[in-house]
Amino acid sequence: MDELLKILKNNALETPDNIAKMLNISTEEVRSRIADYEKRGIIKGYQAIVNEDVLKMDRVTALIEVKVSPEREGGFNHVATRIGKFPEVQSIYLVSGDFDLLLFVVGPDLKEVAFFVSEKLATIDGVHATATHFMLKTYKHHGVLMEAQDEYERLKITP
Amino acid sequence: MSTSASKSLHDVIARNLADVPPSGIRDFFEIVSTMEDVISLGIGEPDFDAPWHIREASIFGLEKGATSYTSNLGLLGLRRAIANYVKKTFSLQYDPQREVLVTVGVSEALDLAIRAICNPGDEIMYHEPCYVSYGPLIQFAHGRPVIVPTTIENEFRVTRDALEERVGPRTKALILNYPNNPTGAALTRNDAKDIADFVSDHDLILITDEIYAELTYHQDHLSPATFPGMRERTIFLHGFSKAWAMTGFRIGYACAPPALTDAMMKIHQYTMLCAPILSQEAAIAALDEPERDIADMKSEYEKRRNFLQNSFGEMGLPCFEPRGAFYAFPSVRETGLSSKAFALRLLEEEKVACVPGTAFGASGEGFVRCAYATALDDLKEAMHRMAAFLDRLRT
Ligand SMILES: Cc1ncc(COP(=O)(O)O)c(C=O)c1O
Repeated sequence: MDELLKILKNNALETPDNIAKMLNISTEEVRSRIADYEKRGIIKGYQAIVNEDVLKMDRVTALIEVKVSPEREGGFNHVATRIGKFPEVQSIYLVSGDFDLLLFVVGPDLKEVAFFVSEKLATIDGVHATATHFMLKTYKHHGVLMEAQDEYERLKITP
Repeated sequence: MSTSASKSLHDVIARNLADVPPSGIRDFFEIVSTMEDVISLGIGEPDFDAPWHIREASIFGLEKGATSYTSNLGLLGLRRAIANYVKKTFSLQYDPQREVLVTVGVSEALDLAIRAICNPGDEIMYHEPCYVSYGPLIQFAHGRPVIVPTTIENEFRVTRDALEERVGPRTKALILNYPNNPTGAALTRNDAKDIADFVSDHDLILITDEIYAELTYHQDHLSPATFPGMRERTIFLHGFSKAWAMTGFRIGYACAPPALTDAMMKIHQYTMLCAPILSQEAAIAALDEPERDIADMKSEYEKRRNFLQNSFGEMGLPCFEPRGAFYAFPSVRETGLSSKAFALRLLEEEKVACVPGTAFGASGEGFVRCAYATALDDLKEAMHRMAAFLDRLRT
């Protein structure tokens, strides 16, 4: 991956000025390259990594396995896109193994999510089985450990 | 104990030890360690932890009961992996059975190399500014250190002329360290060739400390040991501390023709017996896929290097482009302060620690060493504070 993208993936708030210094290019070039990535849809947006467990938000996330019969034309795409229209659905992946689609779904509580699964998801044409796992605790998210471990302290001056 | 008794204890200390000056780094460390909230650019080791799979190998070693001595030379599996790596990376071929010695860091390897060849009164040359241990180790071995200064004009690469000026009939060896701590200098192919010719022409031994070899930027590393005839007169030193961020494992190695390896091994077997087995296990893991371990850290260092270089430029602090290791060596001459005064005031007024160039030898006067093996957020803040400090100095 391009170094500029690596920097932004690590810290989307890094200033163009600092990025320019790190990459030995001008600030204008940083700006125009970011704009270009945005235009081409390579950068789709910028989000904060929030540790929701700390916020004690009233919501739950479920990981849902879905078995789907592929369609003659379009395979899984059509069903996946339909499922994706529901705002409750955060992410959808086509996966290998015992089931086909892996979903991340959020809702205010267990009941609401269970309701979404039985009433909305399971009734979609082509969906023939689901299994729901509620997430209990997040340890690591987007490459970031949620509970900071104490850093082992180095000596302040070494040769 | 009475004063007269402690006086006589002073007299007991070996004279060659008493002649070794106290470490400039140590002094500075004492001051820094009394202060809170210091951002330190004075740390000569990676801020990364060793890659997890390497640590894991060491844990697994413990579990399977790797708690014993190893062969004096080190685990054969590790020596084989080292020989492979050195061949692939440096184009130098060594026999893992007879020409590779696993040591407790390059630190021990340096001591062994020097003691293996130095008779009392022999001269050993090294270039300055340089790593702090070369001079003292030569003195411990009853040798005579011969210092060859390097200068900013030549980007701190040692020149043949400077070497020729100081070589003499008692000169036994040259210690070389590129990429260099503290300057960040690296050799070009021509430099390496000139030095190799110098060593051959004067029939010297070359002790080459290539501990930063993997960390070069926009320049390939070339070991002077690769030139024709050099392998037979070279002690090649390398280790895992820097590129793999394994300083605390204390593991390194020396590669040299059998006669030299045997001599080093004679000392090593009685003083150290062997390098710690868990560190040897970790080192084997480190050589599994070295490129993968190193690549991410190196690309991070490079960004930080650029960031420092450009920040120094912005604040008007002249700094030649560091080519290797993880140090920048800006000049502070223009401020009118000595290296030490600059470093002390920067520490007191802005709580930023960098190491005075003179800690690495007299030719480091006028410079300070800033390590960029430091988290980017700390570097940003340090540059901010340094710019403010310079502004104040100038008004
Ligand atoms: C040039 C040089 N040689 C040797 C060493 C010592 O390394 P080790 O940890 O392998 O003993 C260092 C450490 O700072 C160094 O900078």
